[in-house]
Amino acid sequence: MSTYADRLRGNLRVFNEFVAGPGLWILITLLFTYAALFETQLFVIGLIVGSVLALGSIGLTLIYGVLRFGNFAHGDLMMMGAYVTFFLLNGTLLGQRRDTNIGVGLNDLPAGTERLGDLTFGYSFLIAVALSAVVLAVVCIGLDRLVYRPLRRRGSAIVTFAIASLGIAFSVRALLLIIWGPDPRTYVSGIHKAQHYPFDVVLKTDQVFIMVVAIVMAGLVYLLLFRTKLGKAMRAYSDNPDLALVSGINTDRVIFWTWVIGGSLMAIAGSLLALQANLKPELGFQLLLPLFAGAILGGLGKPQGALIGALVVGVAQEVSVAYISAGYKPAVAFLILILILLIRPRGLFGDAN
Amino acid sequence: MRAERMITPAVLFVVAFLVTALPFERSGGNFAGTASFLTTFLTTVGIYAIFTLALNIQWGYTGVFNFGVAAFFLVGAYTAAIVTKDPASGEFVQYVGGFGEFLSPNFLDAGEWLPFIVGIGAAGLASGLLALLLSVPTLRLREDYLAISTIGIAELLRRAVIENPTVVGGTNAMVGIPGPLDGYFAPGDWKYAFLVMVFVFLGLLLFAVERGIRSPWGRVLRALREDETVTAASGKNVFAFKMQGFVFGAVIMGMGGAVFGFGRGSVSPDTFDHFFATFLFWAMLIVGGSGNNWGAIVGAFVVWGVWTISLQLNGYDLPGILQVRIFFIRDLLIGSTIVLFLLLRPQGLVPEQRRVSSWLDRRVRTPPDARPPPEADATGGE
Repeated sequence: MSTYADRLRGNLRVFNEFVAGPGLWILITLLFTYAALFETQLFVIGLIVGSVLALGSIGLTLIYGVLRFGNFAHGDLMMMGAYVTFFLLNGTLLGQRRDTNIGVGLNDLPAGTERLGDLTFGYSFLIAVALSAVVLAVVCIGLDRLVYRPLRRRGSAIVTFAIASLGIAFSVRALLLIIWGPDPRTYVSGIHKAQHYPFDVVLKTDQVFIMVVAIVMAGLVYLLLFRTKLGKAMRAYSDNPDLALVSGINTDRVIFWTWVIGGSLMAIAGSLLALQANLKPELGFQLLLPLFAGAILGGLGKPQGALIGALVVGVAQEVSVAYISAGYKPAVAFLILILILLIRPRGLFGDAN
Repeated sequence: MRAERMITPAVLFVVAFLVTALPFERSGGNFAGTASFLTTFLTTVGIYAIFTLALNIQWGYTGVFNFGVAAFFLVGAYTAAIVTKDPASGEFVQYVGGFGEFLSPNFLDAGEWLPFIVGIGAAGLASGLLALLLSVPTLRLREDYLAISTIGIAELLRRAVIENPTVVGGTNAMVGIPGPLDGYFAPGDWKYAFLVMVFVFLGLLLFAVERGIRSPWGRVLRALREDETVTAASGKNVFAFKMQGFVFGAVIMGMGGAVFGFGRGSVSPDTFDHFFATFLFWAMLIVGGSGNNWGAIVGAFVVWGVWTISLQLNGYDLPGILQVRIFFIRDLLIGSTIVLFLLLRPQGLVPEQRRVSSWLDRRVRTPPDARPPPEADATGGE
């Protein structure tokens, strides 16, 4: 005997399986086509913002896949990465009244600040970002050892991890405020001329650099996940932890490398973000919404999904500026999130259930 | 074991001592000044306890994950402000609503209390409605989805307030919200009356929540928190109960927002940032002990006490470097406290009581041999 509710539920399942998935892809294609044709400039900016978000979203989704919790400290740790880069470059800290400088920084390297081509920075920036990636990986592993691992050992509920990560998020923000203060920071001062590209697109060379780096990093993550044994173990653990344990995958190793990858991506994404926007400690928490929207749109736990999801969120946010006030950018990410949760909570690439 | 039982009283004592002693010492032994300070402090604790109590219903009892308390806080505060204020007066002062005048008929001095009752009711209603809307797409899914959605709605609403100066005052704040019964008191004395009102309201809420949680309805909520599958298997509609818990909490948050607005006299978007209006309540709940209403109140007292003490410390001659950063250090302290409590004392200062129902309590409290025989019990032996 089937009740009306049962029939409705069956219909919903069919809808979810055959309409929502393809429908979502069609919507995304329409958005991209429309944006590319009619708002080309905003579309390209959106892709750049999206590619930075993507590096964050990929890390978020990897951590979610392996550790099974939403890392609410992700945005703030990204900011930490950006600030570490800033410190490594200039050696600047907040002093009693104004900045103090420890007097050493990568910018002091011979010809360190000599601009590379049309970019605003020299090779010192590249070194600083690489070192910052190492620092953030160490920070993430340290947090795992101090906070998340004891909680894991105790068998805490998933929500406990989420609350702990929220606590860490605010602690990190406070730490950034203590060390570098609330004023906005930039890596390099001075005017940066924009270049003209085909289709009336105007871009700064830094923005092109951001996109190239993001693509390269996404490619590296792809190679790591799909071409190495470690990546295979990570994906297996993310798909089914019990099965992975039975087949002899070393959990600690998987978790260790997840934090290493997530942490270095945070640092790189944060530093790239700071290249084209002012660095402020509050930015971290505001990043959370687009990061999660991207990761959930792609399907939590799926890095390839996070890449596409974040690009969609980036483009949608930037293109929206043509129609509504820029203050509503977070609202766009929120609408995407709610839309996804309503019609297809598992996202573009997520498995059923 | 004994030492552990002393932790909570010790913490309470230290916080209470410092909160009283520091302003007393700084004002040079001025009793009146200290009393006035403590009144403001306790009023704030009372108002924040309302939010922590509400969060306790959502998280502590139902296991629903609200990271956007700010959203319900904001909706409640602004709704109450719109309802109670006098109509807007011209080109530079614009906002919607302003029903205060219409809600103040001349009988029984209704102007002194009617707008506030309507305001609190409307605030609870609006906030509950928001929770209802939000629960549809998110409550059937994993907990994290609701968490991120509530963060989203909080950010969205704050932006909406800033972007609409003509509707709700924008960044300029909505000022001039009247206080309940303020016509009866001298300007300096009203705050003492307000303190009493806040605690009466908190007491009523506490009573209602305790009754609700001890009822069969409350037992389903707690069962849900422990194991959804088992609860569903015993024939309970999991989604409906989760929604009720979430909405119930949100209604109380909205009312808390209204009380906050009445006490402050103005509402502005800065109040509703994530740290101040969401995270602080989480810290209070985790420190106090989730799953215990008294814990929620103790947590509000302790965390707001630490907050106030750090403010007081700033008046002393601290080393310059500390003086500049004391507020950030306080943020760090509260952020790390939450993590430390989760790691070292997950049950909080006042742990949840493992009781099932008030009826069973009475049975257990009476030792078996002292209990009257079953026949006597049936005729009301207790």
